[in-house]
Amino acid sequence: MSRLKTLLTLCLFPLVLLGCSEEPPGGWHGHDITGVMPDLEFELTNHNGEQVTAEEYRGKITMMFFGYTSCPHVCPVALRKLAAATRDLGDQADQVEILFVAVDPTRDKKVLDEYVAGFNPSLVGLTGTQEQLKEVAKRYRVAFSYEEPQEDGFYIVNHSGAVFVFGPQGKIRLLVDEETKTANITEDLRHLIEESKS
Amino acid sequence: MTLPALLEQSVAFLLPYEFSPTVLLACIVAGLLYQRGWRRAGGGIGQAVMFWIGLVGMYVMLQTQFEYYAQHSFFMHRLQHLVLHHVAPFLIAVSAPSAIIGAGLPEVIHRHVVTPMRRNRVLRSLYAAIQEPLVSGAIFVGLIYFWLIPSIHFYAMLNVPLYNAMNWGMAIDGLLFWWMIFNLRAPGVSDTRHYGYRLLVLVLVMFPQIALGAYIALSNHDLFGIYAACGRILPITPLVDQSIGGLLTWVPAAMMSVVGGLVLISRWKHQSQQLDTPVSSTPNLGCAR
Repeated sequence: MSRLKTLLTLCLFPLVLLGCSEEPPGGWHGHDITGVMPDLEFELTNHNGEQVTAEEYRGKITMMFFGYTSCPHVCPVALRKLAAATRDLGDQADQVEILFVAVDPTRDKKVLDEYVAGFNPSLVGLTGTQEQLKEVAKRYRVAFSYEEPQEDGFYIVNHSGAVFVFGPQGKIRLLVDEETKTANITEDLRHLIEESKS
Repeated sequence: MTLPALLEQSVAFLLPYEFSPTVLLACIVAGLLYQRGWRRAGGGIGQAVMFWIGLVGMYVMLQTQFEYYAQHSFFMHRLQHLVLHHVAPFLIAVSAPSAIIGAGLPEVIHRHVVTPMRRNRVLRSLYAAIQEPLVSGAIFVGLIYFWLIPSIHFYAMLNVPLYNAMNWGMAIDGLLFWWMIFNLRAPGVSDTRHYGYRLLVLVLVMFPQIALGAYIALSNHDLFGIYAACGRILPITPLVDQSIGGLLTWVPAAMMSVVGGLVLISRWKHQSQQLDTPVSSTPNLGCAR
């Protein structure tokens, strides 16, 4: 019976935590997931072929998105939106880093540097071995899978649509879904930057 | 597919997606106690088969790659809860394992843990309160509704402790509910929870489940956006995924009430027959001990 009580406490505690996190006056546009997920942590290879960890990006607000370079629609649209939202911050844009985790290393590795340079501001492209990628995906409870190749050898990769936003200390803050508008992302980013200053 | 490849895949499937020492330990302890008690007290084969299917079912739901699918597909998640909350605890409770597990418990634990717990007034009244059929039925249905509130579901799928609390809660509540349905007091002791009362509760819990399942299955928009946000892994559209999940909440969940009712009716009939013919059916009168 006491177990049930513990369970109830366990269930309700995170909800209490959620209620405690600071909200901007108009509320967040993304989902506030402060304390709900683990801090930003990974061991991957960046688009220059260097081994990097999350430590590299401490001090900046980071937006992490999972996708693949051959992605025909979803990824380019989402990444362009994130880049535009960052650009609209003006001189605060350098306080934000977009981390694009490419989950199709076979095709992504060769073209990743070129791909990320195509965005303004450019993204940080990250990829790795299947084990490394699966570990990051599992940490953020996202999934990716490969569909059967078509006749021309092209195959679709199923991946998540969410953007995970972390504070400058690598603490998880927001989950931004596909429907969120660019201006709203900019607004959330601005609040996060202001919050980190105070 | 060759045999070694098939074996390799099966082993890979059986490895935990997220290893939990607590789940492993709970299942092993329950299994060992049952096995020990079964050999000592001499339980029936049918009973043991039901208990083991129930226990293994719970383990498979929580500690294999099934978990990965349950996290990334709504209908697999509903299937997981159907097993954890309805099927597996049903089988465990209907197998009447308490005497067997009791016989399997070492004497020390009986004396220092079980007996004091049984004597503890607070625990006893709490247990009696949640085993009160209407309360138990309300918790049973309430939990299903609670975790399917879209905003709660959203956080439960992202937060590991909350997710584990949800699954543990489902399994424990399932055991408590079906235990309330099938457990009978020792013969001779008056049982306030009459068969008819429990049958009524079984019928009452059916309707809210049907309503919720139907609402989800027939919804024409995605109620649980978290699966799109975190990536789906099965090649079906979000609405098909949601409809199958709704159907699983609707039909088999309600069917379990029907099956439970049939078991109760047959036991009720059996008991009344025994009461009708007291001379022939009571050869020992408790003296055999």
